[in-house]
Amino acid sequence: MGGTTLVLIELGLVFLGLGILGRLAARIGMSPVPLYLLGGLAFGNGGLIEFASISEFSHIASEIGVVLLLLMLGLEYTARELATGLRQSWQAGVVDLLLNFLPGAVLALILGWGGIGALVLGGVTYISSSGIAAKVLTDLGRLGNRETPVVLSILVLEDLAMAAYLPVLTTVLAGASFLGGLQAVGAALLAVSAVLFLAIRYGQRITAWIHSPEQETFLLKLIGVALLVAGLASAMQVSAAVGAFLLGIAISGATAESAVRVLAPLRDIFAAMFFVVFGLNTDPASIPPVLVWTIVLGVLTAGTKIATGWWAARQAGIGRWGRLRAGSALIARGEFSIVIAGLAVASGAIVAELAAVVTAYVMLMAVTGPIATRFAEPAVRRISRQPEAEPAS
Amino acid sequence: MDVEETPLPGIGLRREIVLDNGRRVGIVIHRDGQTELIISRLDDPDACLASVPMSVEEAATLGGLLGGPKLVAQLSEEHSELPGVSTRQFPVTEGSPFSGHALGEARIRTRSGASVVAIVREGQVMPSPAPSDTMKPGDLLIVVGTPDGLDAAAKILHGG
Repeated sequence: MGGTTLVLIELGLVFLGLGILGRLAARIGMSPVPLYLLGGLAFGNGGLIEFASISEFSHIASEIGVVLLLLMLGLEYTARELATGLRQSWQAGVVDLLLNFLPGAVLALILGWGGIGALVLGGVTYISSSGIAAKVLTDLGRLGNRETPVVLSILVLEDLAMAAYLPVLTTVLAGASFLGGLQAVGAALLAVSAVLFLAIRYGQRITAWIHSPEQETFLLKLIGVALLVAGLASAMQVSAAVGAFLLGIAISGATAESAVRVLAPLRDIFAAMFFVVFGLNTDPASIPPVLVWTIVLGVLTAGTKIATGWWAARQAGIGRWGRLRAGSALIARGEFSIVIAGLAVASGAIVAELAAVVTAYVMLMAVTGPIATRFAEPAVRRISRQPEAEPAS
Repeated sequence: MDVEETPLPGIGLRREIVLDNGRRVGIVIHRDGQTELIISRLDDPDACLASVPMSVEEAATLGGLLGGPKLVAQLSEEHSELPGVSTRQFPVTEGSPFSGHALGEARIRTRSGASVVAIVREGQVMPSPAPSDTMKPGDLLIVVGTPDGLDAAAKILHGG
């Protein structure tokens, strides 16, 4: 068989497999991310079958996947929402960062993975999956709950923190000195504030410029600008993903909504590929030895997220059941933990065990997070013998 | 009445009022235009007892139903100085014989002596409707007349 033939067959099998796994996930109402990781584990290095000929395509596809993931994340928010969120809940953001970055960072240091390992694993445990959390809150009918804005604003701050964190991470991974790292932090913060300012000021103009009445030209312009901005950001040592995220923030209103509509299917394909590639590059045999540490980390960071949500909800004057609900809604980790680990793995600057821990950790948290969100309150009510009561009014 | 407005970043906007009994009742407006009716629990006002997704049309109809009594109360007050004249509201349902027909076809005024003074549709009041205006399912007819006349009008609207 020729090269192209083999690539087509292998790609076909991978996408078909992902489709079936995704269907399965939808049926039991969970995020497909852990299943995509499993799929990648099965077809990669050390898995059941090794698909070698798709590595070139899947590498580029996964890069595009990250750009689209972050672009769509940016589209979800307006610059104004981010600025308001930053002003109103920065304290919760700081508590969130301290409580959830430290467990990952400390474990990485204990296991001897050094400063870079700590920076990576801290980021992985810090960031909740806004995708999973928002979906679970919608599905459980909690959008009307009083604690929900607290949860959402923490998610907003985390996503905003990503915009500062990713460029720092990429610089450090590239082997820059401490001074270089500081410069990167400065450049990133400057870029983020400049874009927030420009987006509030001139967002309408950027939006109008990208907007196009025909879907085809709109999609082409959007993808073109996104890849260009991502590439330029990457050339300037700011992560490509951050460029896409900031572009997403600058696009607003009806254009952002139609952008989400036309981009969603593309994002689904390329992002799925991104998760598969991450799984492909992880040797399944490397997971069992780190499983105990992963579970310890999982339990610990579930606890710290509950503490974060509890604290933030209490600040907002919410009762204790609401505090528990807010905390449990933050437990799920997902796409962006993998984005962080993916960047680290691609740079080759971290040990293989770290990738194994992240794979297992995200699979664990993406599955147990939504379950905890659903059952934390009923479970605690049962244990503390305080059944729900809804007397007629 | 104070309407509290809470932005839900990434999702949309919540508007709600707090009732005298402490319950919060309101709507969540999603970015894509979908509306959700929310009612908070009594024992835990932070949480929701129900959150009901609704289409734009369903939400507007419910708004009309909820807004109707206030309009009727206003009209009744205006007519309270006139002894023997009262105001009542009649919903037009899917099964009403005149649903989809022009107001004139029911000949309510001729047959009962009561007058349709307004139609509430999708939360909007259409005062002084013309005989050519159609009655749609979900509409609320505001009718003014003597009690007997109103009973007769009810019979016409339900039975034809």
